[in-house]
Amino acid sequence: MNRTKVDEEEYWNSSKFKAFTFDDEDDELSQLKESKRAVNSLRDFVDDEDDDDLERVSWSGEPVGSISWSIKETAGSSGSSQEGREQLKSRNSFSTYAQLPKPSSTYSLSSFFRGRTRPGSFQSLSDALSDVPAKSYAPELGRPKGEYRDYSNDWSPSDTVRRLRKGKVCSLERFRSLQDKLQLLEEAVSMHDGNVITAVLIFLKRTLSKEILFRELEVRQVALRHLIHFLKEIGDQKLLLDLFRFLDRTEELALSHYREHLNIQDPEKRKEFLKTCIGLPFSAEDSAHIQDHYTLLERQIIIEANDRHLESAGQTEIFRKHPRKASILNMPLVTTLFYSCFYHYTEAEGTFSSPVNLKKTFKIPDKQYVLTALAARAKLRAWHDVDALFTTKNWLGYTKKRAPIGFHRVVEILHKNSAPVQVLQEYVNLVEDVDTKLNLATKFKCHDVVIDTCRDLKDRQQLLAYRSKVDKGSAEEEKIDAILNSSQIRWKN
Amino acid sequence: FHILFVPRRSLLCEQRLKDLGVLGSFIHRDEYSLDLIPFDGDLLSMESEGAFKECYLESDQTSLYHAAKGLMTMQALYGTIPQIFGKGECARQVANMMIRMKREFTGSQNSIFPVFDNLLLLDRNVDLLTPLATQLTYEGLIDEIYGIQNSYVKLPPEKFAPKKQGDGGKELPTEAKKLQLNSAEELYAEIRDKNFNAVGSVLSKKAKVISAAFEERHNAKTVGEIKQFVSQLPHMQAARGSLANHTSIAELIKDVTTSEDFFDKLTAEQEFMSGVDTDKVNSYIEDCIAQKHPLIKVLRLVCLQSVCNSGLKQKVLDYYKREILQTYGYEHILTLYNLEKVGLLKPQTGGRNNYPTIRKTLRLWMDDVNEQNPTDISYVYSGYAPLSVRLAQLLSRPGWRSIEEVLRILPGPHFEERQPLPTGLQKKRQPGENRVTLIFFLGGVTFAEIAALRFLSQLEDGGTEYVIATTKLMNGASWIESLMEKP
Repeated sequence: MNRTKVDEEEYWNSSKFKAFTFDDEDDELSQLKESKRAVNSLRDFVDDEDDDDLERVSWSGEPVGSISWSIKETAGSSGSSQEGREQLKSRNSFSTYAQLPKPSSTYSLSSFFRGRTRPGSFQSLSDALSDVPAKSYAPELGRPKGEYRDYSNDWSPSDTVRRLRKGKVCSLERFRSLQDKLQLLEEAVSMHDGNVITAVLIFLKRTLSKEILFRELEVRQVALRHLIHFLKEIGDQKLLLDLFRFLDRTEELALSHYREHLNIQDPEKRKEFLKTCIGLPFSAEDSAHIQDHYTLLERQIIIEANDRHLESAGQTEIFRKHPRKASILNMPLVTTLFYSCFYHYTEAEGTFSSPVNLKKTFKIPDKQYVLTALAARAKLRAWHDVDALFTTKNWLGYTKKRAPIGFHRVVEILHKNSAPVQVLQEYVNLVEDVDTKLNLATKFKCHDVVIDTCRDLKDRQQLLAYRSKVDKGSAEEEKIDAILNSSQIRWKN
Repeated sequence: FHILFVPRRSLLCEQRLKDLGVLGSFIHRDEYSLDLIPFDGDLLSMESEGAFKECYLESDQTSLYHAAKGLMTMQALYGTIPQIFGKGECARQVANMMIRMKREFTGSQNSIFPVFDNLLLLDRNVDLLTPLATQLTYEGLIDEIYGIQNSYVKLPPEKFAPKKQGDGGKELPTEAKKLQLNSAEELYAEIRDKNFNAVGSVLSKKAKVISAAFEERHNAKTVGEIKQFVSQLPHMQAARGSLANHTSIAELIKDVTTSEDFFDKLTAEQEFMSGVDTDKVNSYIEDCIAQKHPLIKVLRLVCLQSVCNSGLKQKVLDYYKREILQTYGYEHILTLYNLEKVGLLKPQTGGRNNYPTIRKTLRLWMDDVNEQNPTDISYVYSGYAPLSVRLAQLLSRPGWRSIEEVLRILPGPHFEERQPLPTGLQKKRQPGENRVTLIFFLGGVTFAEIAALRFLSQLEDGGTEYVIATTKLMNGASWIESLMEKP
């Protein structure tokens, strides 16, 4: 008993079923020692100036304890040896945070390739440096003086770019002549690192006139695309539009300008802005859409103001019965039409809010119009209006029901709005395709239609089967019995 | 304050911080560089959502640069890859960057024995079709319906409430149930890549096995036997829990896949993919717009039709555009422009539809597909073989020379590069030993494609095993969403 208890403990405390965690891979880690060595040698490629031990980094990111590093540090910095020593001291105090937590396998992949270690910057230094606005240090401010130990004033463009890629401090100011700047750009582009290209472009944007910048970039596709992306990201709309204008990229110019409307909340202002978009060089189809967008918003503002007034006055029945849940501003066209069919159905063409007016102004096709009107009237359970939508008088004066959409769609919409069975039945009967008709009738329990259809199809089996579905003793059951017993029908089965 | 940029610091961020005047308040700025993140034993991803948009819409190659860096890391850990194949503009760029980086890094030679025989770089825009179709594998459907984020999925909790006896009035949990999905879970590894219609039988078989195992306790008579049973208990309980979870998930999915709308949507998709009626306005799409189904669903379908028709006739395209703008709002002009620019929804130029040629030559549509015991990768979409995976399959056997004509129709150059290895490291494959190919999708990959590649890996006479890498794990919806213009 004793023994089994101990064993049981063992069993319960161990589990054959290991959950998946990333740090299960201790074994893998030892296997990776070989690759670790290989990757450490990669450091030269990535970071040939730091001697930092990649894995021994304090919490503030400074490499710790490397003596040769600290010697270089103090020796190299001209006139800042005082600070250098200070830094060394404070770094030593961090030496207790010698190691990063033991890397689990996901970290190891990236930590091996973490070429970009750099010492932290101190607040005082960064403050000091930020007081020097004239100089621009790309990529970041606030590097401790120690990092400038190898700062020299005459790097070639390719060296500069290489330093940028490693994230080191670099003044681009020394590239004064246009030729130098262009060479810098060329080097950056050939390096493919987007970050570096952006850095150079920021510099060029600041130090070159617009015209020259545009002219030079026109022939440099990669840098040009980069600049466009950059301008979009920082939202420099003005320069972006100027650039498109210069490049004669008219459609992009128009679209960029139009995109801005999404940032304008106030409806009046947005409407005014949209007005400025009309006449921009969109494609023919799109121009029409933009015009419609403006017109729609213009109408919506009018309708909204009017309806809000009506609603608060409390005299109009429809608004009392079905208070509005949201404003109609900025809604799509079809939604607006639905709203209009709901609240303003009977209005004449003259008003802005009448459905007919909308149909005419925006050239809404019949199909769309009928569908939307149907949905709105069905929601209000106005079955007569629904009938009127489909009833047409032919030349003999007889009325007939026609629809630009299949009647099966009509039935579905009616059903969705809980139409009474009589209404449903009428429209199910109008479905042309017999199978669909039967399906819908069965689905929506339009007994008479089913019965009649089965009779027309001379399908006795189906009628028999359906008999079990109707209520016992109901009129439908009687009807079925009567038909089944009828000797006049020549059944197929 | 400290700031750690993940996955990499960017000048743009720093510039923004500088503009806001707060850059100085960060004592320490560093970067935690994450290029390729392992998601499973054979799957890596950069999880860069914007990569497709950047590369193909804005022609900004920064993501490609990072992909190249990620690949250099892979080579540092697993050895130089001797052969690089590629198809597409971006693939060409990445290969160039890799070769250039290797050249700059002279001196210390990599002495690791190469694990990978080949690297295959594929542009997403070589195969714009596959992500648009609805995935039909188990994992694919979970992603389509609920969205898998970083191997986790959030599910409606009702089906996961623990069933306790006599607790009729208990409140159902209101928080979504979060489950982790990866191959460490035995059952999931077994069913994740199967066509959904084959999952049911696996689950019921499993249920029988587990019940039988639990019944064993009645047979355990001696102390030794009881002990053995008890030792198995944790494993069996875990298996039972796993089975319960997946049975619930399968039920949830089934509710969707048996719905009428799902069937109609699938019918429309399969008609397009098999080449039927791709040049007319499709009535199911019209109905979806009329009923104001989610915009992304509509966009996926019209893009699918456009791709399967090599672009739509101007009249059809204008019609769809007008319907969409009138129903969802005019501001979507911007999104439609983006879709046109990347080639997903565009007018037909040249009047020629190339898709049937591609479909026939590469056998993309297989009529007789076996969902239970598949013999071909087309099971992942119940009939459509993912174009990208087909290309990988043909590269392995018999090689791309056999499909030169089709490759010329597909966008972008195709190429082959060799990276020399020091003689000691050259690999000699034993006969019967599989080659290992690292396949990198530049622009995103779907779970269905991953399933198809895993299927190829485990084929007995396949000859190649695949490790999959990508810029992002995605599905049609997240893909289209990344291309939408938002305020």
